Amino acid sequence: MSPTGTMRTPQILATLVSGALFGFGLALSTMISPEVVLSFLRFRDFGLALVLGGAVVVTLLAYQLAPRLMRRPWLGGHFAVRPSAIDRDTMAGAAVFGIGWGLCGVCPGPAIAGLGAGNLPLWVALAGIAAGAYLQGWLADRRGGIAGPMG
Amino acid sequence: MFETVFPWGHYLAGGLLIGAGVGLLFLFTGWVGGMSTVFSSTWSYLSRRPFFRQARFVETRGWRLVFALGLVLGAGVWWAWLGPEGGVRTGVPLWQLAAGGVLVGYGARLSNGCTSGHGICGLASLQLPSLLAVLVFMATGIATAQLVLLLGGR
Repeated sequence: MSPTGTMRTPQILATLVSGALFGFGLALSTMISPEVVLSFLRFRDFGLALVLGGAVVVTLLAYQLAPRLMRRPWLGGHFAVRPSAIDRDTMAGAAVFGIGWGLCGVCPGPAIAGLGAGNLPLWVALAGIAAGAYLQGWLADRRGGIAGPMG
Repeated sequence: MFETVFPWGHYLAGGLLIGAGVGLLFLFTGWVGGMSTVFSSTWSYLSRRPFFRQARFVETRGWRLVFALGLVLGAGVWWAWLGPEGGVRTGVPLWQLAAGGVLVGYGARLSNGCTSGHGICGLASLQLPSLLAVLVFMATGIATAQLVLLLGGR
């Protein structure tokens, strides 16, 4: 991608198709139903572990093999490395995220995908997530900080 | 038919498809597609706050939004093809969706990752911080969901 963030048409199409596979998978695996997620967290149904495990294995192959076997991505650019750090924000954020997840059974992916399958109440969760993300940015600014270590 | 032999088949098939989506995005473009960042990067279209003006949001906001649109389209294809007539409905009370959503958005952005960011992309990158984050949000998620049940909620 160019520094200004504009995308070329092949990149737009590839991103759309990749996203559609992701969304289809979330719907097929019923992760867009908060009830199914909550039943996992209540030890009544272990499907979510299978969904996450399956997704990790396929992604692991792509992330580990592609940079070794290919010089660059098919549409150009370079293979990005996910920014990562063990710090207070990462862990505190994960704890707060989990509390919210256990309360509503919705996380960012299903909140978005669920809209495509007509799950209208998920608009409420989606609006909540957007508000929470704004709050995080606002508080980070007040804290004086574009100190976020991660990209 | 398939489901009677493999009652968990849709979970595995769905998981593999999710991985295929995240993996293909990487093979085509080199981009790492966790889903929580779009909730910060999209604010950069609307807000002038310095936090949202960071390059990591402004430079990736376009593809992140297209990727999110893809999620909606993919779930739409599933609905049209295999889904229930009236759409998927949730019975989780609206206050839980609203309050839980705010905590999910705040926490995932503070942590720089969610179930897909830490859980899929982070683990697939063999990153220790993501493994710890997954263990932490699984623990607080399980505790909260059990507590809600105990207090008579949904």
